[in-house]
Amino acid sequence: MTGRWRWPLRIGALGYLAVLVALPVGTVFYRAFDHGLAAAWDAITTTDALHALWLTVLVACIAVPLDTIFGVGVSLILARHRFPGAWLLDAFVDIPLALSPVVIGLSLILVYGKTGWFGNWLAARGITVIFSVPGIVMASAAVALPYVVREVLPVLQELGTEQEQAARTLGAGPWAVFRRITLPNIRRGLAYGITLTTARVLGEFGAVAIVSGAIAGKTETLTLYISDSIENLDPAGAYTGAVVLALFALAVLTVLTVTDRRRESWHGRAAK
Amino acid sequence: MADVGAPAPPGSGPATRLLDGRPGVDLSAVGRRAARIGGPALAVTYLSLLVLLPLAALLSNALSGGPAAFWRAVTQPEAVAALELTLVASLIVALVNSVAGLAIAWVLVRDQFRGKALVSALIDLPFALPTVVAGLTLLALYGPDSPFGVNLAGTRLGIGCALAFVTLPFCVRSVQPVLAELDRETEEAAASLGAKNTQVVRRIVLPSIAPAVLAGAGLAFARAVGEFGSVVLISGNLPFKTEVASSWIFSLSQSGDLSAASAVSVVLVLISLSVLLAIGWMRRRFDAPETV
Repeated sequence: MTGRWRWPLRIGALGYLAVLVALPVGTVFYRAFDHGLAAAWDAITTTDALHALWLTVLVACIAVPLDTIFGVGVSLILARHRFPGAWLLDAFVDIPLALSPVVIGLSLILVYGKTGWFGNWLAARGITVIFSVPGIVMASAAVALPYVVREVLPVLQELGTEQEQAARTLGAGPWAVFRRITLPNIRRGLAYGITLTTARVLGEFGAVAIVSGAIAGKTETLTLYISDSIENLDPAGAYTGAVVLALFALAVLTVLTVTDRRRESWHGRAAK
Repeated sequence: MADVGAPAPPGSGPATRLLDGRPGVDLSAVGRRAARIGGPALAVTYLSLLVLLPLAALLSNALSGGPAAFWRAVTQPEAVAALELTLVASLIVALVNSVAGLAIAWVLVRDQFRGKALVSALIDLPFALPTVVAGLTLLALYGPDSPFGVNLAGTRLGIGCALAFVTLPFCVRSVQPVLAELDRETEEAAASLGAKNTQVVRRIVLPSIAPAVLAGAGLAFARAVGEFGSVVLISGNLPFKTEVASSWIFSLSQSGDLSAASAVSVVLVLISLSVLLAIGWMRRRFDAPETV
């Protein structure tokens, strides 16, 4: 397809991308630093903004490790053991990908909210989940649940068990096998999965919005702070908050491009 | 558990057991057995607490008032309007992005130009960018203060843009690898036999990438149906005009009508699940690689 169609295609495709993605993202950066660096700095160092930033980091520090441990564990179970219902576990892990974040948040309220299934039990013990930090952590962990499994499981399946069995016959314990053989082999897939999980947790909005109540300075994460700032006609706060998250997204993209797992997995899966 | 049949999976016993094949008297085996059952049990508990129980609660809440109440919640005018808008917008966006995604994938695979790596990274940006930031970026450029004077805030076109933004990677990334592995020789043979460009594309290229394009469109549709963060800022949530299903669920739950919110959620879940199941079936049927 050289010749006549080359330029129209090139211009059409790249133009669509520019109008839809590149230009809007550029505009946010422009708007954030419209009034100079000092103004942007002031906007991100207000009490509410700093609290939102802190809460976002806190939530990520809890939810990402939980999802990572779960992801590696489930991948090992699914790749190394055969048991009835394995396919069901495999399918269930993917569910959050098929759900609207709002639906995930809502269903958490139905279990852990005041009128939810566990509402009385939790209230009797003085535990607040919904409209509080635990709820935000659960919502974030739920939406980001599948990513580590999706990245690590294919690698484990392709890897086979030969190396691990060899190590075991040589007397290595399960933990040594995991640390010396399995972990180095899944390293890149795992890094990729953790990066995706972190990106999703830091950027989650819908699920968190519904369970947190978005109380400024209390249960407001950075994404909620952004939408709140827009509603309160404080675009400076919103744009600077957005730039912080966008910079993180760019860092994520860089990691993904450098590890380049995607390409590898394409070819790996295509070959199967 | 899979102790029957060789080879024994790691974690099933120490080295001596692997050699003679029979479990010996080994005290640590008790601990290992506990770990082997404990691991899956923990995983299932975590999954249940975060996903399965909440989903069961969703279903039970949706049906708590009986089928009549469910039907009323789903067919009340604002719900119907929101669902209709969501489905139609998602369908249009999936179609538009399939074409655009195919063009972009084509340019990435077959064209050579400077900065291709950058373009490739740009396509993944909507994956990495938080949805609310995506909404804000669109609002900054196509909102009330648009530098171009294009104001899409509070319009359905604005919703379309937001959905197109977040679903574009699906449409590009599902087609790109298939296009890259396509056998160029067949195309060259057809061309040397006198086929025109359009004929080559229509008869050779399109049939082989059709499943991938369809899969990308399906993924985009499933994602768009549930989208919230990117839409909510630009849509303005005007009832009957720019209120999508997820916004409607959100406002229902804010006003405390949890069973109606659950009912609409169940409809939404059924739609996206059936689309995803259809994609899975199609992939197995056409042996298309799983790419996204």
